[in-house]
Amino acid sequence: MLNQIFVKPFVDMVSAPDFLLQVVWEGLVSGVLYALIALGFVLIYKSSRIFNFAQGIMVVFAALTLVGLHENGVPALLALPLTLVVMYLLAMAIERVVLRPLVNQPDIILFMATIGITLFLVGFGELIFGGENKVMITEQLGIPTGSYTFEPWGGLLILEQKDITAVIGAIVLVLALLLFLNRSKMGRAIRALGDDHQAALSVGISLSTIWVLVWFIAGIIALATGIVWGARAGVSFALEVIAYKALPVLMLGGLESVSGAIIGGLMIGILEKLFEIYWGQPLMGGNTETWFAFVLALFVLLFRPQGLFGERIIERV
Amino acid sequence: MNAPVTAQPGGEPIKGDVDAILTVNNIEVIYNHVILVLKGISINVPRGGIVAILGANGAGKTTTLKAISNLLRAERGEVTKGNIVFNGQEVQSLSPNDLVRLGCIQVMEGRHCFGHLTIEENLMTGAYTRRDGRGAVSADLDLVYDYFPRLKERRRSQAGYTSGGEQQMCAIGRALMSRPTMILLDEPSMGLAPQLVEEIFQIVADLNAKEGVSILLAEQNTNVALKYATYGYILESGRVVMDGSAVELRENEDVKEFYLGVGGEGRKSFRDVKHYKRRKRWLT
Repeated sequence: MLNQIFVKPFVDMVSAPDFLLQVVWEGLVSGVLYALIALGFVLIYKSSRIFNFAQGIMVVFAALTLVGLHENGVPALLALPLTLVVMYLLAMAIERVVLRPLVNQPDIILFMATIGITLFLVGFGELIFGGENKVMITEQLGIPTGSYTFEPWGGLLILEQKDITAVIGAIVLVLALLLFLNRSKMGRAIRALGDDHQAALSVGISLSTIWVLVWFIAGIIALATGIVWGARAGVSFALEVIAYKALPVLMLGGLESVSGAIIGGLMIGILEKLFEIYWGQPLMGGNTETWFAFVLALFVLLFRPQGLFGERIIERV
Repeated sequence: MNAPVTAQPGGEPIKGDVDAILTVNNIEVIYNHVILVLKGISINVPRGGIVAILGANGAGKTTTLKAISNLLRAERGEVTKGNIVFNGQEVQSLSPNDLVRLGCIQVMEGRHCFGHLTIEENLMTGAYTRRDGRGAVSADLDLVYDYFPRLKERRRSQAGYTSGGEQQMCAIGRALMSRPTMILLDEPSMGLAPQLVEEIFQIVADLNAKEGVSILLAEQNTNVALKYATYGYILESGRVVMDGSAVELRENEDVKEFYLGVGGEGRKSFRDVKHYKRRKRWLT
């Protein structure tokens, strides 16, 4: 038994490095997605202290809008910007109808409000697009679907092109976001708002402008996630659950840390895949991916409540 | 109301004591719909002047400033009576953001710097409402660094890790970046060493003289405040109990006793000595 846990998995890894590489790659791809979703949470939490329960359904809603528009005869490359417009309108509506009237209410009320948004979007989405599964318009968007085959160490490594596109796309999106947050005036205002609400108000930063902006960014992220995940698993309301995978990422990375969300996402993606293949399947009959991340997060919470990379609370002594 | 007036932003001659940049007319403020905090306060700030609001904790100084800058609403407070006019415009219908755009900005009590942003980023957030281009903003950044050379040394450090004095300078500098015509300065001396307080007040006086910024100051440190201000109001539990030029107030026996810590014993507030009638300034 001990041999099974502590020795054999590592022997397997070393004896078939090409397979190990394949596993890590698969993990990395899902990790990138977890990181993206977690980023959506972090941005909204930082700027408004709202834990946005609706992030998952926004992924579904964005993907459904994109596919739905295409089904109704809008060319794919036009459907993409149109979906962005829809996400912007959604951000504006949420700010106006939900956030503005609830400003200054306790956090838990705002959290409940995001659950309300979730339920509304589920119903609204089904009303417009119907409840059946759809296929993501991968080819129409110009995402390549072939695959590259490598033979490292005489083994076999298959990289799907759409996975490569997803990883590159996610990296570009994240870099653009970091650049925006750190270099632009609006990005600075978002970070300022995260630090001190009152002070941000006092220098004339308008809450509603910033809120619409962060919810729109969350919408863009949702769309990107929806495209990638939809290409792998189809577009349905079941997609919503991958947002819950972002929860352990947030516990690991901390609710307020952009880099934490990225590193946490990648870590969980890779670790859960490795665990599944080398420990879960031989020892527990598989399907460990559904719970591994949560157990890992639990252990992190025991030892570091602010998460591994939670923003250090600056306190002068 | 004949406070001496020092300068005016436009450089035009001052028409006399009628030219007020800010008038607060008998305002009443209620928090949470039930707690009456201000019970009729009237204040007048001449263009280019430094006016001080004095009083103990809970007298209503901060609330008065927040009523003017409209930050009150974010704390569930409300102006229920009276009105406030800044530069000829009623402020009640404006958002804090509009007011900053119009040139009235508040430096909050307790400094409130953005802890995770660097000093320079903090200063730049002050320029959020400006639309006059990068050149003008960076010129003003240099101006702020001229007034506060210490900030220039610390420009790359996170504000959360700087000293209390530096944070206070950062907060004032940040307000300055919005090109204000009026700064509402809440308790700048809080928690600072006496020589630092003097240094900061000296800079504020400089700003007033050279940049023509009008200043409404809330202070507990009566001594320093009356040294730099031209006119003062004394608040006690939400009412103006006394007002007068800084010289008058400094010489007043009661003020000396209660706020400057000189003179007799036993009497601790105006309530115990005589009844000052609230002046119905809005009628005159």
